[in-house]
Amino acid sequence: MTQVYYEDIAEGTEIPALVKYPTTMQLVKYAGASGDFYQIHYDKDFAQANGLPGVIVHGWLTLSFLGQMVTDWLGEKGRLLKLNGSYRGMNKVHEDIICNGKVIKKYEEDGKNLARVEIWAENPLGEKTVTGTAIVALPFKA
Amino acid sequence: MAGESVITEELNSLLNVEFGPEVYEIEKGMLKRFAEAIDDPNPKWLEEAPPTFAAALVPHELLHKLFNIDIPLKRLLNGSSDLEYLQPIKAGDVISVTSKLTRLRQVPGAEGPTLFMFTEMTYTNQRGEVVIKGKNTYIKY
Repeated sequence: MTQVYYEDIAEGTEIPALVKYPTTMQLVKYAGASGDFYQIHYDKDFAQANGLPGVIVHGWLTLSFLGQMVTDWLGEKGRLLKLNGSYRGMNKVHEDIICNGKVIKKYEEDGKNLARVEIWAENPLGEKTVTGTAIVALPFKA
Repeated sequence: MAGESVITEELNSLLNVEFGPEVYEIEKGMLKRFAEAIDDPNPKWLEEAPPTFAAALVPHELLHKLFNIDIPLKRLLNGSSDLEYLQPIKAGDVISVTSKLTRLRQVPGAEGPTLFMFTEMTYTNQRGEVVIKGKNTYIKY
């Protein structure tokens, strides 16, 4: 994959989208790896008894997908400095999660070449389920 | 008005109390299992923690209290997460996690009151360096 440099980006630059398709099995694996065993993420009866449409994806897992999108884009030489996400809607299992990002500010600070990237995840209806920001440092070509 | 307060004295008494440290030894297998669980094939994550790995370094003591405290709202959702990376977490590191509840906010909702619980975590390595500063908001409704 080609390295992205500070000179390559501008406000409005979109970063390559990433699409994920989580299954209940993945949610069980995530529960095991993270220690988050809240049953809404793998027990359909429990989820429905809690007023949810069914098993829902951990917000942290969707944020992990957004994190992957950003670190894939950053390559070897870029660095992720901050990552945040607000869990606004629910992603259901066996549905695409579409991860997107766009540079909204490019600036230099403390000798570093930084960018603020707006990030968001959508469900197949186009609803934004997680919205957030990543602050990244990018290498300089010269 | 938001109706009766769901913020009990017991909940209030947790505000700004530091819990921990809880100590995690970061093993390679743990990183591999986490990277597989989030379906991120980047080989870098076999040696270094991926961005959301902090989710696995759970401040159990505080969260157990917040999630199980006796208030009328029983349902729980994660509201938001915020991470600031100061140093990488690498295989072999020993990470200490401290946590506190910093703020409580009750708002009226369509189905009754909603309670936002704001928490802050600090992740420190074996050299005493802060590696991540984290914030998380939990919602009870």
